[in-house]
Amino acid sequence: MKPTPVRRILWVIAIVVALGLLMAALARAQPAPAVAAERAPQPAVQLTDDRGRVVTLPRPPQRIVSLLPSLTETVCALDQCHRLVGVDRYSNWPETVTRLPQVGGGLDPNIEAIVALRPDVVLMATSSRASARLESLGVAVVALETKSHADVQRVMGKLGQVLAVPDAQRVWRNIDAAVEAAAQSVPPAARGVRVYFEVNRGPYGAGASSFIGETLTRLGARNILPASLGPFPKLNPEFVVRADPDLIMVGARSVEGLTERPGWSNMRAVREQWLCVFPPEEADVLVRPGPRMAEGARIMARCLASKAAGNAGSAGNAAKAPAAVRP
Amino acid sequence: MIGTVAQRGRWLAGLLLLASALLVPLGTGVGSVGLENLWPALWGDGTDPAARAMAWQIVWDIRLPRTLGAWCAGALLGLAGAVAQGLFRNPLADPYLLGSASGASLGVATALALMGGGAGMVGSAGGSAAAMVFSGHWLVRLGLTGAAFAGAVLAVLLTLALARGVQHTLRLLLAGVIVGVVLGAFTSLILLLSPDSLQAMQAFLLGSTGFVGWTSCVLMAGVWLLCVVAAWALSRVLDGLALGEATAHSLGLPLAPLRAALVAVLALATGTAVAQTGLIAFVGLAAPHLVRAVVKVPHGRLMGLASLMGAVLLAGADLLARGLIAPQELPVGVLTAVLGGGYLLWLMHRRTGPGGVL
Repeated sequence: MKPTPVRRILWVIAIVVALGLLMAALARAQPAPAVAAERAPQPAVQLTDDRGRVVTLPRPPQRIVSLLPSLTETVCALDQCHRLVGVDRYSNWPETVTRLPQVGGGLDPNIEAIVALRPDVVLMATSSRASARLESLGVAVVALETKSHADVQRVMGKLGQVLAVPDAQRVWRNIDAAVEAAAQSVPPAARGVRVYFEVNRGPYGAGASSFIGETLTRLGARNILPASLGPFPKLNPEFVVRADPDLIMVGARSVEGLTERPGWSNMRAVREQWLCVFPPEEADVLVRPGPRMAEGARIMARCLASKAAGNAGSAGNAAKAPAAVRP
Repeated sequence: MIGTVAQRGRWLAGLLLLASALLVPLGTGVGSVGLENLWPALWGDGTDPAARAMAWQIVWDIRLPRTLGAWCAGALLGLAGAVAQGLFRNPLADPYLLGSASGASLGVATALALMGGGAGMVGSAGGSAAAMVFSGHWLVRLGLTGAAFAGAVLAVLLTLALARGVQHTLRLLLAGVIVGVVLGAFTSLILLLSPDSLQAMQAFLLGSTGFVGWTSCVLMAGVWLLCVVAAWALSRVLDGLALGEATAHSLGLPLAPLRAALVAVLALATGTAVAQTGLIAFVGLAAPHLVRAVVKVPHGRLMGLASLMGAVLLAGADLLARGLIAPQELPVGVLTAVLGGGYLLWLMHRRTGPGGVL
């Protein structure tokens, strides 16, 4: 019997696979990147990242790619913005990083664009899928996770270690002091205000254990979402109605339709228009656990203060929107 | 012109192989920068050795494995599609039909939640590393790949258990749908309880060849060879089934074990492809259709051709995904979903004759 197409196909397949294996072998045989050894002896950097992985860098990295806006911002807050050679597409602060090459997002990082930048280290969230692939290509990865104020401080310290910046904790102390100052600026009348901070339309709220919740606590506000619910719980809308917060904080991106949700129009905050609607650039500041936390605290403090002012000005019966409301 | 069926089949196979042979070198040239920018670094005189090493790495360790990986994943999905459509005697059967895709998703979600997201459940940030240790390092080492594969296989077994075997096509299809929906719900539940893993999970659901390295590529190629040989050996069952179950029985084929073996091939092929590349829709559905639109051949050849067709489709789609908005890239799963959905609509439209929509 003459060979059937199937048999031929199988032959071709076998050849293709053999070629593939050959190419793989060739790739392995490629000379390893010439290691530029014996340069100015700078101390090696060694640290444990948030995956529990020990990362060793031969010297403090000069070419850095960041795949997370809050990490980009932290690098810049440590005055090392010039060492960034690439960022993810969501990093937009400070202004200078928008001119850097973009290498995709945290969800879909472009591996080859990252490799083409020849980074000494790539900073990313622990949840990113890219770390294993990048490490297999010989790129050093430091994965960090920030959820609370303590995390922000810790990440600041870790990055200070990576970048060999000696006084990273000074930057943290400045942030901390600024948050404290913002807390002092909140008038006594606004203390104890019961706040609901909506992160997105899920609705997901910021719980007391999140960094947003921690800031609110320091500002003297009361969060309607107890710490037991976790940092960013997905809520039953009914929960918010029942808790009936005095004040709702929400980003402009997710405010649409908020007042039309069933039952929400009867909530005090909605009835009396005690909503702080943050424009997108302010919302970015608020939801990124990084060095701009201090600015976030000031924004929330301003919101609380305006609420208190409205309260006093109209003897607790104001239907007037507070000054901070910018629809 | 082209005469017999066998000849047309050969022509198609040749054409597809030619397309594959063209796609592979093209694949090394498309990406965040064109090959013309890498070429000087590769071959130019006096290039910085570090730049040359980087260019080599991009071509050999990133673009080549992902191009071949897309080819292999497409071949696996195309093969699985041909097997599924033959096994269920339903031209709309999809390799994901047995719940294997939702099983794979559930496996990934579970692994993610156990590996890192466990901290989210108790609301403590410091628990992340602890969860990593306590979840048992075998899971960590097994990784998402193994979890997806295990999930796919378990889902198929569950479907088979619910359908009480593979004798009844209708019961099997229904069980597949039920398992798919229920496992999907479990996945959502896990993601809700462990919000940390949400992002990583989304990345998986997008479907992308961007993370395929040589290891994944060789794994897929090996599994594919295994599956192709097994499917080819079992193709007589599908030919028999095409004539009806009673006829297949009267041909003296031991239907039950052979069907089980085909289901195993289907699960293995789908699970491997999904584990390496995430969810890539419609390739498995469209590939056998495209082959049948050109040539009517017995199942043995159909599976080979459908496999090649799937490979060319996915490798082509991957190329498009990389090239369309370069230097950025689209997740290839999004692209195949859009293209495949359009193709399916057109198919339905054509099937129902002129003027008919459904």
